This record gives sequence, C-alpha cells and structure tokens, in this order.
Amino acid sequence: MSVLHMKGVCRRYVESRTGKIIEALRMETLSVEKGEIVVAVGANGSGKTTLLEVLAFLDAPSEGKVLLDGVDIWAEGRDLSARRRCPILLQKTVLFSGSVIKNVTFGLRVRGLERDETESRAWQALELVGMADLAHRRSHELSGGEQRRVALARILALDAPVLLLDEPTAGLDHDSRAVMMKLIPELNRARGTTIILATHDRGEMEPLAHKVLCLEDGVVV
Amino acid sequence: MGTLADALRNAVGLIVSLDADLIEYAGRSLYIALVSTCLASMAAVPIGILLAERAFRGKRIVVTVLNTLLGVPTVVVGLLVYSFISRQGPLSALGMLFTVPGIITGEVLLILPLITALTLTAVARLDRDVRRTALSLGANEAQALWAVFRESRFGILAAIIAAYGRVVGEVGIATILGGNAAGFTRTLTTAIVLNVEMGYFERALALGLVLLGLSFTLNIAFQLLQGGGRGQ
Repeated sequence: MSVLHMKGVCRRYVESRTGKIIEALRMETLSVEKGEIVVAVGANGSGKTTLLEVLAFLDAPSEGKVLLDGVDIWAEGRDLSARRRCPILLQKTVLFSGSVIKNVTFGLRVRGLERDETESRAWQALELVGMADLAHRRSHELSGGEQRRVALARILALDAPVLLLDEPTAGLDHDSRAVMMKLIPELNRARGTTIILATHDRGEMEPLAHKVLCLEDGVVV
Repeated sequence: MGTLADALRNAVGLIVSLDADLIEYAGRSLYIALVSTCLASMAAVPIGILLAERAFRGKRIVVTVLNTLLGVPTVVVGLLVYSFISRQGPLSALGMLFTVPGIITGEVLLILPLITALTLTAVARLDRDVRRTALSLGANEAQALWAVFRESRFGILAAIIAAYGRVVGEVGIATILGGNAAGFTRTLTTAIVLNVEMGYFERALALGLVLLGLSFTLNIAFQLLQGGGRGQ
C-alpha cells in the first residue's frame, strides 16, 4: 500500500486582489511508496509548493482525496495526526525567537514528549546537520544557511516516516548545500524515510530520485 | 514663573509628606488602571490575534470599525455606559453607577478597541509563516496561536502599555461614571479637575506630578520587561 496517495486532487485559491479563482494544482493520481524519494521539479509558480503543502496536510484540497496509509485524512478529520507524521520544511525559513536548541525541540514539545527525550533527540538532529556547536546561539544570530540547517534539524528530530522538503537547498552556501545533499539519501537509506522534495534545480536533485514529477501550471506533464 | 515655582515646591512637599488624600487617589487610579488594562487585555489580545490570523468575509469592515472606535471621545464612552447603568438604564439593578466597578467597565470598553487594533497590527506585521511553521511541526491550532502570541509578545506588550497610559490619565469616564465622590470614586484626574476649579492650583499640580510619576514608573517597568525579554 502507498504511504501517500492522491486521488482527483484539485487545489484552488481565490486571488485576494481580483477575487479571481486560481487553480494551483490538479493531480488526477499520485502514489508515493514507502521509502521512496520523490522529486517534484518545475519553474516558479508551477504548483510544487502547493503539492507539498497538500501532502503535508497543511492545506486541504478543494476537491479530491489525500490518503495516508490508506486513510482519507480530511474525511476522517485526522489532519493533526497526519501533520505529525508528515512534517514539512517550508520554503521560507522561519525560526522562533530563542535558542537553536529551543527551536529544535519545538515539534517534540508540542507532542508532549518528556524533556530528557526532547533534548537528546534535538542534540542528535543538530549533530546530523552539523549545528551542535551552535545549539545555544540565539536564532536571530545565525546566517541564512545556518537557519536553514536548524529548520532541517527541527523536522529531523521528529523522526517522522515521511519528510517533505520544499526547495531544501535554495539560497544555501556551499557547505550547507553539501550537508543537505549528503543528508537526504542518508536519511532515506538509514531510516527508510519517505522523502518528497520540490526543487526548481532539476539537475541537482534528480540523481537522488526514485520518482520525478515535472510540474507545469499545476499539472504533471 | 514664581507661582509655578512655588506650586512645584509645595507639590513636592505634599508628595514627600505622603499626604493621605494623595495616597488614596493615587492608589485608586492605579487600581482602576491596572484592573481595566488586565480585563481588557484578556479579551482584546486573543481577539486581535484571531483577527490577524483568520481570513473571513467582512474582515476589512471589522478592522475599519475597530480603527474608528480608537477615536471615540472618552466622554461618549462614559455616556454610553451611563445610559446602561443609570437608574433608567437596563442594567440599573447592578448598582454600578458612581462606583469603582462602574468606572472600570467604562475604561475597559474604552481600551478594548485600542488593544485589539494594536495587537492586530503587531501580529499582522509578524511573519505570516509563524503559524504555518508551527502547524507544519505538528502543533495543534491552539499551540500554533500560542507560538504566534509568543513571537509577537513585544508588540502586544506595547499595546498594553499604550492602553494603561490611556486609562491612567483618563478623566471623562471617571467623572461621568464615578461621580468624583470623595472617599469612594475620586481618582487623581478627577481630583485635579476639582482642585483647579476650586483654585487650589498647587494641590492640583502635586496630583499631576504624582500622576506623571505613576505613568512613568509603570512605563519604565514595562520597558524593562520588554528589554529583558528581547534577547530571548
């Protein structure tokens, strides 16, 4: 059975200025198998982010079904538990005020985990992205690349079966990009994590992919 | 100039001698300002956050009405509450006219739109992705809104400081709903007006200085609170 399955999904937005309805995504069918790396490629505005946010259960589809392990999540009203199983690295990095370690424990704290466990998992995730040295640094004191790595550590600490990464290497310096490119296949191999990522840089990510989706105007071409 | 200097000297004397009336008025003013600000904040801050975070039909109208309410004169708010709690009013049974709770009710209504509007601005200015980031990490709606609150806390604190400043120096509502009754509802501002009318300028000035001091001290405390937390 697919981990994630989309059936007849359409996501429409009402443009706030004009009131016009925009169809940002139309996906007749998409199956993501356990342990796969799926890469969605396309130009800006092609629907990659919408696809990932629908798959992360941040956005409900305007029509159609999104199934996680065979369960129609929106019909069953189980979007919170689905979001907890499919965390997403959003395209825009937003770190909360406070220290790096506090940021990385956020997702664990909202799950009500014990302090000892949250701390140890956060440290492990920071080690993975090479940011353990800066664990007590204030988030606003970090460079853009460091912030992105902390954001990645924040979702790695969750040890979720599915990870969604929206433009994970965008705007990164050489070192941070190298960390990211090394981590993605490693996670997939070592933990069996299903990874769905979006990028406009086809050449960079395609070699990692088990499946590639080329998006244009919200549809797979 | 000489009159002013004498008045200032006498005012300081009154303050230093801890004049009983002065202490009473200052205590009541502080109590009214703090209770009103706390009560209004408890309602206005969540409303402001929800207004900023939620998109709904008619939101623009709600925000326009809110901004319009910021300019409502205090005496109008006083009259409105008076019409409800006076003997002929529908809430006369509560017996709130010419009482401190009556004044607090008016002050709460006065600053409710102020805190709501400034909270809305503080939260709207915040990165809209804060809530989405929290949700994407597995927060439920309440936890995500709490994250938004935490991230905009300095702006919200500024809203609360502004509201406190408005109440502590307010005179229209305190006069209409409190009646300026000595020993019961007289506040620093109503006492100042009374003393000026009676020709006791020095005393009025002393009360004015205490009022300034109260406002200044609380503002300093709030600023320290903001400054202390900014690095976190």
